[in-house]
Amino acid sequence: MPRSVAPWEMKHELLVKAKGETDPRFGCRPEERSTENRMRYGVINLDKQAGPSSHEVAAWVKRILKQEQVGHGGTLEATA
Amino acid sequence: MTGVLPVTLGDATRVVQALLYSGKEYVCVMKLHADTNIEHLKKVLCDFQDVVYQRPPLRASVKRQLRTRRIYYLDFLEADGRKVLFRVGCEGGTYIRKLCFDVGEVLGCGAHMQELRRTRAGPFVEAESVTLHDLAYSFIEWQENKNEDNLRRLIQPMEDALGLVPKIYVRDSAVDAVCHGADLTAPGVLSLDSNVKAGSMVAVLTLKNEGVALSKALASAQQVLDMEHGIVAKTMRVIMPRSTYPKLWKGANKQNEQKS
Repeated sequence: MPRSVAPWEMKHELLVKAKGETDPRFGCRPEERSTENRMRYGVINLDKQAGPSSHEVAAWVKRILKQEQVGHGGTLEATA
Repeated sequence: MTGVLPVTLGDATRVVQALLYSGKEYVCVMKLHADTNIEHLKKVLCDFQDVVYQRPPLRASVKRQLRTRRIYYLDFLEADGRKVLFRVGCEGGTYIRKLCFDVGEVLGCGAHMQELRRTRAGPFVEAESVTLHDLAYSFIEWQENKNEDNLRRLIQPMEDALGLVPKIYVRDSAVDAVCHGADLTAPGVLSLDSNVKAGSMVAVLTLKNEGVALSKALASAQQVLDMEHGIVAKTMRVIMPRSTYPKLWKGANKQNEQKS
């Protein structure tokens, strides 16, 4: 079988349905959030080391950054 | 097992779902159980660039029923004796240990996975990944010296996790209704990615690029462009806190008056 196109290789374009503006009084551009909010709505591209489980690594991040809640996307375990 | 592990903080945990289903890329060392002709091996690897059937292993956190996963590409990199290095791009939930075992079965000699490193999880790539040490250091730097530059570089906005999910941008007036769990209707849509497909996951965003919700599209991008009314996407997981944007839907003021 020839290789197929992975999601990160797919090309797409933005289709406009209607014109609109956004009111600067509400919300906040993601890159302009305060550092506290950057953390509250943040995600880390972590390079996991060998040894600890994904779950343990997430728990360490929780402790290091003094967070109440952390999650991880896609376990990276011995059985993967 | 090492490599890219996206970790979400606080309310960003709501976007985890988008990452679980996103594609992954790994670099893997596979150990063959007998000497094998390299050209034959390359051909067998090529044959695995397809939909594969896998039953989750005994020690797994999911139901052990046969399931299918797509291998987008499987590139042979190099071989050293019986050790084979390859790069594989696959759907989320593909077991690489199982893949190695199956390659060994097809070759006839048997094989097992020796080492695995994840080089991509959805939009997150190895080249941009950070270590726990970097993270700990920049957090202390922020807390003690009020220097936030490094920490802000290491912690990305949760919207970055939605990088590969097809997007729908909506009017300010539609935002709070979705935050309260309402489905997205056609008049609220301003623009959308051409790869929005009926039945698949989409990210609903504001014009400021803030994540509002993860939803399931009920129509394709072209269909949505022609729709004047009706539901465009069913809200699955709300990301944005309520009342970030004003309540502007019909009857919202009446509701407020009755309460007061």
